[in-house]
Amino acid sequence: MIELLIEVAQVFLVVALAPLVTGWVRLVKARLQGRIGASPIQPYRDLYRLLQQEAVVAHSASWLFRAAPYVTFSAVWLAAVLIPTFTTDLVLAPAADLIALVALLGVARFWTALAGMDVGTAFGGLGASREMLIASLAEPAMLMVTFSLSLVSGSTAPSQIIAFVLSGSVGIEVSMGLALAALVMVAVAENGRIPIDNPSTHLELTMVHEAMVLEYSGRHLALMEAAGMVRLTLFLALIGALFAPWGIAQPGAGATEMALGLGVFLAKSFALASALAVFETGIAKMRVFRYADFLGGALLLGLLATIFLYVSEAV
Amino acid sequence: MLIAASLAALVLLAVVGVVAGGREITHRLVHAGCAVASIALLIGGLTHLGAGPGGSPAIVLPLGLPWMAAHFRLDNLSALFMVVVDLAAAAASIYGIGYCRHLPQVRRVTPFFPLFLFGMNAVLLADDAFMFLVSWEFMSLASWLMVLSDHKSAENRHAAVIYLVMAAFGTFCLLTSFGLMAGAGGAYTFAAMRQAELAAVPAFLVVLMAVLGAGSKAGLVPLHVWLPLAHPAAPSHVSALMSGVMTKVALYGLIRILFDLHGEVPWEWGAALMVIGGVSAVLGVLYALFQDDLKRLLAYSTVENVGVAVIGLGLGIAFKDAGEPALAALALVGGLYHIVNHSIFKTLLFLAAGAVISATGERRLSGLGGLLNRMPWTGTAALIGAAAISALPPLNGFVSEWLILQALFKGPGLPHWAMKFGVPVVGAMLALAGALAATCFVRAYGIVFLGRPRSLAAAQADLHPTPASMRWTMAVLALLCILLGALPVTVTDALSAVVQPMTGMHFAVSADLGWPWLSPVSSTRGSYSGTMLVMVGTALFAIAVVLAHGLGTRRVRRADAWDCGHREDIPETQYTGQSFSQPLRRVFGGSVFLARETVEMPEPGERSPARLSVRMIDPVWVGLYDPIVRAINFIADRVNRMQFLTVRGYLLMMFSTLVFMLLVVAWRQQP
Repeated sequence: MIELLIEVAQVFLVVALAPLVTGWVRLVKARLQGRIGASPIQPYRDLYRLLQQEAVVAHSASWLFRAAPYVTFSAVWLAAVLIPTFTTDLVLAPAADLIALVALLGVARFWTALAGMDVGTAFGGLGASREMLIASLAEPAMLMVTFSLSLVSGSTAPSQIIAFVLSGSVGIEVSMGLALAALVMVAVAENGRIPIDNPSTHLELTMVHEAMVLEYSGRHLALMEAAGMVRLTLFLALIGALFAPWGIAQPGAGATEMALGLGVFLAKSFALASALAVFETGIAKMRVFRYADFLGGALLLGLLATIFLYVSEAV
Repeated sequence: MLIAASLAALVLLAVVGVVAGGREITHRLVHAGCAVASIALLIGGLTHLGAGPGGSPAIVLPLGLPWMAAHFRLDNLSALFMVVVDLAAAAASIYGIGYCRHLPQVRRVTPFFPLFLFGMNAVLLADDAFMFLVSWEFMSLASWLMVLSDHKSAENRHAAVIYLVMAAFGTFCLLTSFGLMAGAGGAYTFAAMRQAELAAVPAFLVVLMAVLGAGSKAGLVPLHVWLPLAHPAAPSHVSALMSGVMTKVALYGLIRILFDLHGEVPWEWGAALMVIGGVSAVLGVLYALFQDDLKRLLAYSTVENVGVAVIGLGLGIAFKDAGEPALAALALVGGLYHIVNHSIFKTLLFLAAGAVISATGERRLSGLGGLLNRMPWTGTAALIGAAAISALPPLNGFVSEWLILQALFKGPGLPHWAMKFGVPVVGAMLALAGALAATCFVRAYGIVFLGRPRSLAAAQADLHPTPASMRWTMAVLALLCILLGALPVTVTDALSAVVQPMTGMHFAVSADLGWPWLSPVSSTRGSYSGTMLVMVGTALFAIAVVLAHGLGTRRVRRADAWDCGHREDIPETQYTGQSFSQPLRRVFGGSVFLARETVEMPEPGERSPARLSVRMIDPVWVGLYDPIVRAINFIADRVNRMQFLTVRGYLLMMFSTLVFMLLVVAWRQQP
């Protein structure tokens, strides 16, 4: 019974929190840029407003265009349900390990990219093409991070990796550091943040993610935006849980530990969100053809992380 | 009994096909007969698999050369491949009932189609090298004739020549491999080969020749060159079988030799196969990414998928040699699962391509578009196929990649340093190939089925409705993609029974957590459950729909596309296949394909259009085949002179040959 309650809480926690985290990033960025900025709950209002508006669908669109927002959102949501946030004791956790998690985000991307191409406009195709370029380098990088984490901890399941890190048998490993760096680079790319993509750009030619969802409006757009927010929160939670799991409730924990876990999770999420805002304010966006260098770098870091394990063993 | 009757029926059908002539009904009847025979064979294979491990007793028939007999036997491995072959064969035959009406060259296809099916099944049932090779040639030549069915196009004739050369090369290599295993005594039955002890050099050569022979048929890089030419040249339902199934028969040959007949393959071969597989996977998908011909794109993607399966097989060899039968079983189950999956979704995609081609008469991506609105059945089935081949959960393609990745992640535990460092590299290649495959199929599907039509033929595709037999076949295959993904444990249990004799270990992939959870090594090692993902995902989808509709409005308005206010009615403003893959061409094309882009800009003030042209070079063809072709031509020119010798010259040559041979014999007989 209690397990089921935890699972239900987990299902709605990330989705409910996601707009707030996004609002927080925007607020910190605004302050850093010398603006007052909107309230952090503004994204909730935006989503609600979009839901009230009628959806405009192009004549040339097929059923896929209308289904894609729902599929995209539920795929990202499903991924968010399966990662540990405040506790590792999740009934559904064995349904997917990190590999499956990467692939679930791939499902969302597949549908978004197809939806971008469905109406048959130049910008939609442009966005889809660039998004798939980014993904075809970011996804292997993420798998290499999984590879090195599984070599260190002996598991690809996030809850097992966390248990291993918490058990203290992992020292300061070069591999873990490289894997963290690669994961952060992947997270930046997957969420379309600067320097890969600018979520608040108004120039169509520089858009990647926004270009794909350009034709969306009303509730469809709301779902696409919400999927993006959940994905950002998911990655923050994943980085926080894998590389700084302290405070997370373990199996068999009581109510106080759960509450503590929740508090720590919130604190970590907002701290990482603030760090993201600082990072984004500090650097400029890259040219499209520099992506390959950036993400190829992430892929190599992931590969190095696995190989360094043996180098450090042999020395 | 059932199997023998079905095989005989296939041969009979071929005869009917020959006398069929121009009557449409006969062609349809032959295809329907093939469907019945394939379903019977499919049932035969499934019953054998269901009956548990163990093989049927060998059947000896007085076929072939007078002093030899033909041996047939069905064991779990051949039963599995029989299921793979005949499932796709049944689909292609039923599809063919409707499809052959649109086929102008149907009279040159119908006689050979049943023979092709017969050849593939006989390879699987053969229990001696002689029957194996004869059936193998049956399969090659029947498919070769169908590649040539549209012989008026020069491109197809070119493809057929290359296919014939490569098929001959492949059979030559397999013949050598079997010959070495049979030894000097010529023990050509498989039962005798299993007992044979091989010395070091022949053992090495057996594996090398098997890899070359089966690899050339399976399309492993660098022996893949014929495949993307020959597969698309045949009619689509034959292409589906060549790409989806004939490559699998080749892998069956490889598995049969490496895991059954030879038995003791050293880990270095596992490493070599993993590298070959990794290179095939990455190169295959890169080729596919830059194709404009829909069927050629699918053929190149076959090279990729065969590479993925071979990574699993190579890993299996390495684990087996290192004394880790459980992990070897895991890797093999992953590889076999991928073989099953690929036969289903590649058949589906080729059949969908056939439906597109018969509705529009267009194979180029640049002439298609907007077909999901005009061909909803084909479009939806192809969407499922594209998602499955992109390894997206909860479909079947993901499960096999997941299993292979799980096995790879244990690879660094192997005792050899080359493996410790090499396995992560192969893992990166596999991951890269998977991600690029998703890109490739977003591109292919998006350009063909989405957007606005790029030609009049594509815009009028709804004028040629797809026949029911074609639609239903695609629907069933799409459903199988979902089922094999959502119920992975059922499949892995069946596969571990197949793998058991090869690794000597019973291994249940779901042992630890029970039915719907795949937990290959142990429950703490990482697990996956397609079943749970489907259930929870559907629930979340329903909640998302209810929330979005409940909190907001359900109104929808149809309007013109917005496109940031740049309204353009001409479909040429859309992205094309070329422009979609341009960023990736900039990233990979320069180093792999030596791609060069040239832009011709008109002088300012001129009205002529600017042109962008791309030149790409096939590294394998230029680097490997061109020199070989040149060398053969060079030698042929020299040898040609011998045709014009005088009688004295010929006599001298015969004499010197005789002397040379006698010298060889004398030298061999020295103690």
